[in-house]
Amino acid sequence: MANPSAVCNGHLHHHHQKQNNLLKSGIYKKNGITKGMKKNGVSNGTLHKKTITEHFEQAPMYVAVLTFLGFGVGTIFGYLRDFMRAWGLEKRNVAAEREQQKDFVPLYQDFENFYTRNLYMRIRDNWNRPICSVPGPQFDLMERVTDDYNWTFRFTGRTIKNVINMGSYNYLGFAETDVNALKTVTIELQKYGTGICSTRQEMGSLDKHVELEKLVAKFLGVEDAMVFGMGFATNSMNIPALVGKGCLILSDELNHTSLVLGARLSGATIRIFKHNNMQSLEKLLRDAIIYGQPRSRRAWRKILILVEGIYSMEGSIVRLPEIVFLKKKYKAYLYLDEAHSIGAVGATGRGVVEYFGMSPDDVDVLMGTFTKSFGAAGGYIAGKKDLVDFLRTHSHSAVYATSMCPPVAEQIIRAMKCLMGLDGTTQGLQRVRQLGKNTRYFRRRLHEMGFIIYGNDDSPVVPLLLYMPGKIGAFARRMLEKNIGVVVVGFPATPITESRARFCVSAAHTREMLDTVLNALDELGDFLHLKYSRYSKSSHPELYEETRLELED
Amino acid sequence: MDIKRVKDYIYWLYYQYLLITCSYVLEPWERSMFHTITVTVFAMVVYTAYVFVPIHVRLAFEFFSQIFGSQPESTVS
Ligand SMILES: Cc1ncc(COP(=O)(O)O)c(C=O)c1O
Repeated sequence: MANPSAVCNGHLHHHHQKQNNLLKSGIYKKNGITKGMKKNGVSNGTLHKKTITEHFEQAPMYVAVLTFLGFGVGTIFGYLRDFMRAWGLEKRNVAAEREQQKDFVPLYQDFENFYTRNLYMRIRDNWNRPICSVPGPQFDLMERVTDDYNWTFRFTGRTIKNVINMGSYNYLGFAETDVNALKTVTIELQKYGTGICSTRQEMGSLDKHVELEKLVAKFLGVEDAMVFGMGFATNSMNIPALVGKGCLILSDELNHTSLVLGARLSGATIRIFKHNNMQSLEKLLRDAIIYGQPRSRRAWRKILILVEGIYSMEGSIVRLPEIVFLKKKYKAYLYLDEAHSIGAVGATGRGVVEYFGMSPDDVDVLMGTFTKSFGAAGGYIAGKKDLVDFLRTHSHSAVYATSMCPPVAEQIIRAMKCLMGLDGTTQGLQRVRQLGKNTRYFRRRLHEMGFIIYGNDDSPVVPLLLYMPGKIGAFARRMLEKNIGVVVVGFPATPITESRARFCVSAAHTREMLDTVLNALDELGDFLHLKYSRYSKSSHPELYEETRLELED
Repeated sequence: MDIKRVKDYIYWLYYQYLLITCSYVLEPWERSMFHTITVTVFAMVVYTAYVFVPIHVRLAFEFFSQIFGSQPESTVS
């Protein structure tokens, strides 16, 4: 295995050395993409043919210093305001300790409360903005204003029309209102209504669910599948059904909250490995096998590895081949959350398993959601029939939660059939290809402009690093002025120095929309001074030859 | 034309200052307070430099000229 830690290709002066390593380990011969490897890419070729080109360029040192300077100023003024609130010089707008509880453990004094109160509050207008149309490639926003610096908002009653939507997880553009496309959904709606009012185990199992489950299993190429009404609950309720006390969970440090919650609820011991770092994972696995459970030293009952397909904050793709190799070597189980990757990667949209050309049997538990690519709601668990049957009887989501509503099931069926070509068109495949094209185009242009963006070249989630707290607010506000809706993310969802904007490319975006966004970004990048990348621009274009576009229409 | 460019550039610099110091997100009264503090500190630094740097440079100059200048004299005497 090539050295996976070499994947962060931060500094220019390391390149030379890395290139030598690659040459030594013999990958150079294997995949002929020499140009890409020389400059940027680090391949881990022995297990699979695909070159993984992942970018985690580090910003120059001064950026980190200035970021801390910004947070420092913010914190000082936060303390000033807290002081004023404590002395009654300013109206208190947030919950505070009651007088009677003065001597108890303080409730509102930890860092996150401070942060929310004094830093987040100042730029809160960039989040949770209500929209009032389908979140397709363009959407309408409700205009709102604040009179007291974001403590309260007031709706003006106007809407901001036709904002380009770069934030929704609408990867394949199935969140649409086209009457023709939704014909079958309308029929089902009229036939079943919306409510089920019961759980899967009681009176909530409809023929629609069975049909959907069969289709999902067929789509993924597995024995059986089960669908749930909510993606978050699919994770957080099924992991406790699979593992329990005496089991070990190895979880990626950047896993989604639903996985974290599920792992904690299960009562199993949790150990965290570094993001996508196979050495860290292998070390944990080896330690787990050698030392067993703490104190009793008995062997672990089960070891479950929890990973995601595409990480939604980093845009990185899981190193599935290596994980499967390790899992087989150490006889662990693998739980793969394909929330963002199903539909979005792979030549026919079947997720990371297909992306790496592997067999679905290599993964023990395939989980995914219908919230993203399919423009619906809910999640699924797929795998061996034993597993799914076990979950049907043991999962809280199956026993206690209302089952999926039929029009939603029909929407998923429609989208999935479209993707599989069962509706007699090639529209689904076109969407997957369009998404791939849009993604590569968008990422390539951003690289050329000199932004630091994270993640895999094929991942439709594109995080663009902003770093400084002031720039988060300025970026989102100015983008909205240009009629572009973006999602910005800061602490606590990211490390404190790595605030970012996250774009989600969709197949429904036209080239014109992407160009509008890119031009706006170019301008704003100069104005806000966001182009931190230190790769020379001329070295970029040849890196992104669209080698995988043999299917081009 | 050029005036406009210079103005734009100055505005850009000011904006950068706002963004980097995070004063972009402050409320107006806080911002003016912050500006006052920075301007005061900056002015004091400049003033101190103006007052003390020449003296120190002169002293240093004298010191070094003594070392290098007096050397031959002492050998002669
Ligand atoms: C990795 C991952 N798993 C699960 C979920 C939850 O899915 P849902 O939104 O369908 O509840 C999300 C949603 O953002 C996710 O990113």
